[in-house]
Amino acid sequence: MDFLISMFNSLPGVAAEGLFYGIFALGVYITYKILDVADLTVDASIVTGCAVTTICILYGVNSLVAVFIAFLAGMIAGALTGFFHTFLKIPAILAGILSQFSLYTINMIIMGMQSYLDTTGTTKALIPMSPTAYASVSKFSLIVSSRDKISAMVVGFVFVIAIIALLYWFFGTEFGCSLRATGANPKMARAQGINTNFATVFGLMFSNGFVALAGGLLAQYTGGSNITFGAGAIVIGLASVVIGEVLCSAFFKKGANFAVRLTFVVVGSLIYSLIKRFVINVGLDTNFLKLISAVIVAIFLSAPNFKNSFVRKGTKKGA
Amino acid sequence: MLELKNVCKTFYAGTVNERVALNDVSLTLSDGDVVTIIGGNGAGKSTLLNMVSGTLPVDAGQVLIDGVDITNYPEHKRAKFLGRVFQDPMTGTAASMGIDENLALALRRGKHRGLGWGITKKERAEFSKRLEEFGLGLESRITAKVGLLSGGQRQVLTLLMATLKKPKLLLLDEHTAALDPKTAKIVLEATDKIIREDNLTAMMITHNMHDAITYGNRLIMMMDGRIIYDVAGEEKKSLTVPDLLKKFEEYSGGSFANDRMMLSK
Repeated sequence: MDFLISMFNSLPGVAAEGLFYGIFALGVYITYKILDVADLTVDASIVTGCAVTTICILYGVNSLVAVFIAFLAGMIAGALTGFFHTFLKIPAILAGILSQFSLYTINMIIMGMQSYLDTTGTTKALIPMSPTAYASVSKFSLIVSSRDKISAMVVGFVFVIAIIALLYWFFGTEFGCSLRATGANPKMARAQGINTNFATVFGLMFSNGFVALAGGLLAQYTGGSNITFGAGAIVIGLASVVIGEVLCSAFFKKGANFAVRLTFVVVGSLIYSLIKRFVINVGLDTNFLKLISAVIVAIFLSAPNFKNSFVRKGTKKGA
Repeated sequence: MLELKNVCKTFYAGTVNERVALNDVSLTLSDGDVVTIIGGNGAGKSTLLNMVSGTLPVDAGQVLIDGVDITNYPEHKRAKFLGRVFQDPMTGTAASMGIDENLALALRRGKHRGLGWGITKKERAEFSKRLEEFGLGLESRITAKVGLLSGGQRQVLTLLMATLKKPKLLLLDEHTAALDPKTAKIVLEATDKIIREDNLTAMMITHNMHDAITYGNRLIMMMDGRIIYDVAGEEKKSLTVPDLLKKFEEYSGGSFANDRMMLSK
């Protein structure tokens, strides 16, 4: 009973976090599902978003504006991957790893070149390259904060709705369609006059923009920026995308509208956060989460293949 | 309208696998020319088309369309002038997008793609009308994903996409080779109809010598990266398959018995 009560009490926090990670997952969806590129940049660009937002706020920038600046910073991070991938012709996965690696340093510079503030707001000496460089924003006015989980949930919800609407509109435009065509069949796209390199770079920028925006919201929610924050984030993003997709195809057997599919990505993220909270409340070490996440992603990614091979076996028996 | 000047292309240059695909090829097409291209495997037919479409860069030489040197244009920029249908039915369309969305993409070939709607109601109605002409029933399932269509249906769709915005030049790279004979015939007839109605200039690679003779006003035979025979007008009309076989033998020293050409008289 105590367990249920503690689960219930944590629901607003779960929802808020799930919604912020939902924005992150929507960014992953753009590259993974629409552009057909597994972009590993996100592990670092989410931290870029955290770092930029934190620094902006420490410098007195309005916390909402700070999140949009994070969006722009994320776009630059995506452009870096795009440059590696299209201009230097490095395979997408490696291009993502390379910019993830470079961004680690850049994130450290963003966070470390400035003196940082700890939770009490006293200025401390700069510790360059410290893996725990942590700047707190808790004494500033923020659009979301873990101090008020209900309003954080509402803000997260508003952001999610606005972003889904924006994506729905964008991928229906001529330019958005050219991005979809690039992901679906680049040869065909080029034959129809689409500059697939430009489309890919823009898609990566757009995606990482939302990833960094999610980072900006999470930085405010958790009270600061931490360099190790993004490690393995891609797996959380993929978990949300695949959980959402499986549920969506279960509810809408004949295929769903694009906005519905995007909504299910966020639903996937909410479910992921719930699982995460469950693991924590059960008393498991949170370090188990990574293994559990990997297993979840592996199961959901492989489920369609297994299903097909079982069906095939079944028909053979019947025949 | 199309001019190829001394185009050369070698694959794997400087290695043991070095293969000369095009050896100093020059070719001029006039407006309204419909050229069929035949030749054995590795003769350079597809490479010739790829040089025009910009899929691969030329090693040397020039490509001009209507006097404009497009040699250094990237593939997507050349698409403005070209309609293309490929051998593999999967290549020409986006499987995960709707029939209507594919056509809408093709309608915007050569135009700036901005933030206007990617497809409008009016366009969808227009696409239905155009699809109806082919009698494949595609007009009634216009929002269906292209991945659900058969190979033949996809080739017809690609053909319509290639010609929806009238191209200066239509490139057909063995576009019926992957289809069954009956479907191939339907697609070929549809191609012929569109070329006639829109008065298009076209290049068509085929392995079927009979088709090469029947269609078009000009025929090119290629071997070892060169154009070895180029015939047009009345002389082309009076050609027969045995004539072509004899030509082949003449140039190859009678050693092409294993070639795929033999199989599709």
